[in-house]
Amino acid sequence: MTKISNEEIVHVAELARIELATSDIETVAGEVSSILTFVESLQAVDTKGVTPTSQVTKLTDVWREDDVKDCDISRDELLANTPQSQDGYVKVRKVL
Amino acid sequence: MADLAYLSITEAHQLLQDGKVSCVELTQYYIDRIKKFDATILSVLTLCDESALQAAAAVDKKIHNGEEIGILEGIPYTAKDMFLTQGIRTTAASKILDNFTAPYSATAINKLDQAGAILIAKVNQDEFAHGGSTENSAFQKTTNPWNSDYVPGGSSGGSAAAVAADFGIFSLGTDTGGSIRQPAVYCGVTGFKPTYGLVSRYGVVAMASSFDCIGPIARSAEDTAIVLGAIAGRDKMDSTTIDLDMNDASDNNDDELRIGTAQEYSNHPAVQDTVKMLAEAGHKIVDVDLPDGEMALAAYYVLVPSEISSNLERYDGIRYGESSKQAKDLRETYMKTRAEFLGPEVKRRILTGTYALSAGYYDAYYKKAMQIRTLIAQQFDKTFETCDLIVTPTTIQPAFKLGAKSDPIEMYKTDILTVSANLAGLPAVSVPAGVDSETGLPIGLQIVGKLGQDAQVLALAVEFQAQTNWHNKVKGCLV
Repeated sequence: MTKISNEEIVHVAELARIELATSDIETVAGEVSSILTFVESLQAVDTKGVTPTSQVTKLTDVWREDDVKDCDISRDELLANTPQSQDGYVKVRKVL
Repeated sequence: MADLAYLSITEAHQLLQDGKVSCVELTQYYIDRIKKFDATILSVLTLCDESALQAAAAVDKKIHNGEEIGILEGIPYTAKDMFLTQGIRTTAASKILDNFTAPYSATAINKLDQAGAILIAKVNQDEFAHGGSTENSAFQKTTNPWNSDYVPGGSSGGSAAAVAADFGIFSLGTDTGGSIRQPAVYCGVTGFKPTYGLVSRYGVVAMASSFDCIGPIARSAEDTAIVLGAIAGRDKMDSTTIDLDMNDASDNNDDELRIGTAQEYSNHPAVQDTVKMLAEAGHKIVDVDLPDGEMALAAYYVLVPSEISSNLERYDGIRYGESSKQAKDLRETYMKTRAEFLGPEVKRRILTGTYALSAGYYDAYYKKAMQIRTLIAQQFDKTFETCDLIVTPTTIQPAFKLGAKSDPIEMYKTDILTVSANLAGLPAVSVPAGVDSETGLPIGLQIVGKLGQDAQVLALAVEFQAQTNWHNKVKGCLV
């Protein structure tokens, strides 16, 4: 049984940039704990010397020419989905 | 006018080419079906009726001018809302993309466009494809056309329901751990997950990039193969894509195949009669050991949330998508946007993945799961030394009732027979293979092949459907 604490879930949510309401912390910690408990059986498997698999294509080093290609989408079209923009730029709220 | 109910691609093509029905009439038939039945099924998120009828009129003009049309030209279809469609709302069934209009189309959509197929609707799914029932959609809960008390499966539940309800001839779905095959079973239709990389992921909303596969859902393996032929192949916009010789499936038909079955499922109703039938057809049935399903499922639910946590970082409230109005600075823009607009299952997966990748836990979770991915692939290699194809049930149970699996873990377990193929990248198809005696709902058979043997997998599915009638039962599901 893996149990992650309220402090840990708050830390993880901070890393993931998801605000957790104080009233949800307990519930979410419990839910993530049950998922981690569900995958606990992995720890019992002997994987000594086994190479990890990160992709299954068997392709290696797929190259292309490093040149600029027109994407046929205008700046206005790209900015149309932006929550806030100004003078053709994406606008962000203050950093500090 | 000809009877248009539940046409196959070939039948619709012939009717169009022979002038027995116009493409506008055919397209209108599906739009009318949607308007008549979707109030209960709730599969459609965005109806593209205007653009569809326009495209249909252009096809009619071609036919009127005596030109030959391609096999997919004028064939109406739907697409899961994971596929970017230029100028058309694309949401991934998430509130964070509620008002997102795609500036370009996915390669698969472009290829179908070029083949002349007509997109009539974008359909529902679990939010960002996280789920197995389509109940995780932020917008609506799709119901099963066979019985509206039941889920259509997921995450491509809208696609499977739309195909079962005859809202178009086929649909495009995505399959990360079973999301094409499981809803195909639940809705009594055919769903194919190709070898990883056979269909470009360009322009498809990313879930877990080393797993995500794109494939067709249709009412027959033959139709599935036609659609796959149009969308497969190397794409310079996705460097993980491959070219495969998709030599006509029928070429393999004469060959005697070695078909592997596992003892533990030999009495399952989807498998029992099938094995007898395949043996009678001259195939050799061999007992095989399957990769450990529970180990596969555990590895999957570490690796996939990890990739999700990384892929979904892009929903930051800045470049596109919704943005919190409550935020005062940049940090709050991230924190509040993601809190407000992402659903509970999406958050659970992001948090689980973030935890598994975080300092101190990476080796115990992520690396360990990647090693187990290797072991699963090795177990498949070993199994395939003695057989060409593996048959199993696609799911242990048929569709469940809406609300029946409110515990996320119970939902995860429905993937037990499908995830292994994704871990190893293998091609797999699900075909209707019977009806559950208790609920009257369809059950399904899964055929898994070796890496790159997509044509062989589909050939056996075509052969199976030539000898059974289960795939035609869907025609009577909606009265």
